[in-house]
Amino acid sequence: MPILTDLVAGGRAVPGHRPWPRSVVDTSGWEAATARLAAGQLTLVGLWGEPDRVHMALGEGTTLAVLTLPCSASTYPSVGRMHPPALRLERALHDLFGLVPEGLPDTRPWLDHGVWGKDFPLGRGTATRDRTHYDFLSADGESLHQVAVGPIHAGIIEPGHFRFTMNGETVVRIEPRLGYAHKGIESLLAGADLERAAKIAGRVSGDSTVAYAWAFAMAAEAAMAIEAPSRAVWLRALMAELERLANHLGDIGAICNDAGFALLNAHFGALRERALRASDTAFGHRLMRDRIVPGGVTADLGPEGNGAIGAVVAEIRRQLPRLIEVYDETASLQDRTVGTGVVTPDLARQYGAGGYVGRACGRHFDARSVFHYPPYDHLHFEVPVLAEGDVDARVRIRIREVQQSLELVAQILERLPEGPLHTVLPGVDRPCEGMALVEGFRGDVQVWLRLSVGGRIDRCHLRDPSWFQWPLVEAATKGNIIADFPLLNKSFNCAYSGHDL
Amino acid sequence: MRRLLLDGLLHSPLTERPPLPADGALAELGRAVERAAHKRLGRSLAIRTVDAGSCNGCELELNALSNVFYDLERFGLHIVASPRHADVLTVTGPVTRNMAGALRAAYEAMPDPKWVIAIGDCAADGGCFAGSYAVLGGAHHVVPVDLHIPGCPPRPIEILRGLLALLERVNAHSHQERGSACLIPSPAAVVGRKMPEH
Repeated sequence: MPILTDLVAGGRAVPGHRPWPRSVVDTSGWEAATARLAAGQLTLVGLWGEPDRVHMALGEGTTLAVLTLPCSASTYPSVGRMHPPALRLERALHDLFGLVPEGLPDTRPWLDHGVWGKDFPLGRGTATRDRTHYDFLSADGESLHQVAVGPIHAGIIEPGHFRFTMNGETVVRIEPRLGYAHKGIESLLAGADLERAAKIAGRVSGDSTVAYAWAFAMAAEAAMAIEAPSRAVWLRALMAELERLANHLGDIGAICNDAGFALLNAHFGALRERALRASDTAFGHRLMRDRIVPGGVTADLGPEGNGAIGAVVAEIRRQLPRLIEVYDETASLQDRTVGTGVVTPDLARQYGAGGYVGRACGRHFDARSVFHYPPYDHLHFEVPVLAEGDVDARVRIRIREVQQSLELVAQILERLPEGPLHTVLPGVDRPCEGMALVEGFRGDVQVWLRLSVGGRIDRCHLRDPSWFQWPLVEAATKGNIIADFPLLNKSFNCAYSGHDL
Repeated sequence: MRRLLLDGLLHSPLTERPPLPADGALAELGRAVERAAHKRLGRSLAIRTVDAGSCNGCELELNALSNVFYDLERFGLHIVASPRHADVLTVTGPVTRNMAGALRAAYEAMPDPKWVIAIGDCAADGGCFAGSYAVLGGAHHVVPVDLHIPGCPPRPIEILRGLLALLERVNAHSHQERGSACLIPSPAAVVGRKMPEH
């Protein structure tokens, strides 16, 4: 019997949780799951809370399940104690809900910087420890010095702090401190109607607005046991692939730029701009924000949009080969990207790192191909995987994904079904729950929600792929020179806002 | 690479192609910004950006201003790495409580005279994040704002248009040219300025 089925069967099944099961377990069930995670037999997909319980989503192959542990005494056995990928999720969960993970080795606050004016904004109780003071992890040795960077950075990027401990030019340890972009999104979602909640979900991370809006809509539709019309589903995929194209094109250029090679940045930046303009023509917004809602989509694709997207696909196809050739043939550029910032396959597997980060070091996971959510069950595409795990591999995965997205866009334009764009949402007469995983450009976005009677959000949690990628940035930076950090960090391009919520 | 570089030499740049309506507006707008910037600030205008907790949508469009289509720097407008070098501070995001201190420090590090542009709906009033325990709800809670550029996010061309609006307003309300900075009236004199509430 698969491990996950076993764990779910060991608890009490919760009715009305779709499409995957949720099961309420006791402490022993929770600890058994933790042991399976630590043994590498399951993947941690998410860990989130409510005022009186904790949930964790687990993955095994193509199966997912949620386990729930009631926390009557506001405590639960820490998962991070055995399985480090849960560490920061548990620290964040404590900051928001006040639930104490027993045995958690790192009890420093994470999202709470001590300036919210309230303790545990989503839970109960009063904090006892000082959250304005923050001790960074230490490193011992002769002649070490620290470099502090952020939260404001030299370029136009999101806010976050990095603390480097250096031995000369070499990074001995880097530790990020995040939470600067924390907006209290989960508290805003509680009690919101679906229309407002969809808007907020689409603003969790601006570069992934399509992926978040789609994951949110899919979770809400799962909860209400409805399906969006097929034209809407295909248009969602079209938007998701356009979003992936624009982001990957921008990233490839920006990575080259951080290696001091501005020429490719200029060319890839132009292609990104063309993709954004085509999206604007097709759907009326460059980032396609607020175009996906529970029940369907709010914008149709007309002949003009169809033409614009077709033209941009042709233009990218025309230019891409010679740009790849430049990347391949520029030794000074390869000198910076090859062998820099290596992530090991074991670490990627342990952290369940999604997106190009995982696929650049052997983790064959893409939510589109693993779960075959529509319309990807009707589309042909490959999931590129490389083994090297360095900056170069993360560039090359992006290049191949651009090529795959071009194919997907062409298939969608060719086979886009006719029909309505939206289905009427049913009334919600009993609480219901839904979960969804959607492959954004950065990796799998997880959304879990519960609707209360009347159809408002009772509780909603959104997990960015970056939660399982940021720790790998640290591992990959160790031993590199500090001058390579911008390049290395850009090759991960982890989200700050998406992570901080 | 030779072929790519040669192509670049043989073909006219994307920024100077025969203007489509949108491109025409872009060039015209850029020239107007240049005139205003020149009059008030010499040949250049240095801009520092602070993301005070945005979703990063506004950052994407600010970054787009540097691509070859908009090519911000040809107008003498450039993004600088330090607030010490900046004339203009742009603020994005609803201003999270966790970023308020850093935003204030960045503003205080800028030399006078200085101006602040709040970019996007969030920086105006918190946008859809207003009311959360974790946000202050707009840049004006921390720094004096001279101009708002609405949008979620505003298009790059709208950001350029906003820079122009700021420059024109600054020109209309100042009597001294740069070079005698100590005599320039306080930017707070600019009509319509929203001051911090604390």
